Amino acid sequence: MADANRYRSPLARVRGLGAAKTGTEHFWLQRVTAVGLIPLVILFVIYLLGLVGADLATVKATLGRPVPATITILLLVAAFWHAKLGIQVIIEDYVHHEGTKLASLLLLSFACIAIGLASVLAVLKLALGI
Amino acid sequence: MASAERPLSPHLQIYKPQISSVLSILHRITGAALGIGLLLLAWWLIAAAAGPDAFATVQGFIGSWLGRLILLGFTWALFYHLLNGIRHLGWDLLWGLDLPTMTKTGWAVVIGSGVLTILAWIVAYAMKG
Repeated sequence: MADANRYRSPLARVRGLGAAKTGTEHFWLQRVTAVGLIPLVILFVIYLLGLVGADLATVKATLGRPVPATITILLLVAAFWHAKLGIQVIIEDYVHHEGTKLASLLLLSFACIAIGLASVLAVLKLALGI
Repeated sequence: MASAERPLSPHLQIYKPQISSVLSILHRITGAALGIGLLLLAWWLIAAAAGPDAFATVQGFIGSWLGRLILLGFTWALFYHLLNGIRHLGWDLLWGLDLPTMTKTGWAVVIGSGVLTILAWIVAYAMKG
């Protein structure tokens, strides 16, 4: 361990934060969203099973109620976040060209945030009946 | 950047497929597939908010034989990724890392995801009437 200190910059040694406490952030958030998704996915699948072949009015009446709407929004946030973290690793593993990798990662972030936001707004619209 | 002269570790394709490696890559494949499934879910929700015409288009696609086949695939991918994800969380807590347990939980995931997929579709068709 003392040897490893040779490679650290003087500033890093003064701060004494190791990897500035962000080294495990990706790993940890992947787990946090995974644990959250377990009950959310089960509940959402149960709602969806009741909506097979349903018309728009039934979908609005079911998903628009406060509890199902909240569960759906939580599911969307956790799922898009979890997907972003997971697909990010797939890109980092298989895309070796630096420019293509960077572009893919940017596109992934933008797509997850934009589509995630759009679907959350859609649920809010169903719930608020606007 | 790997140098072209460096020896490479044995390539993946010369290994006999094992439950550990096959389920591992399936976790990644189902994860990527579910990312696409999430787009379908987003389309469905946004269409429901947009109005009857957009909603009818999505329902028409989902109800078609191709849509149903895709949905069947997503159902299995979801249950597989859910069950194998729980297996991964167990490993994070150092549970079930020994080979006999790993094999058992692996088969439980394979069988469980199949059973849950069939059950979900039976319930779906029953609810639809």
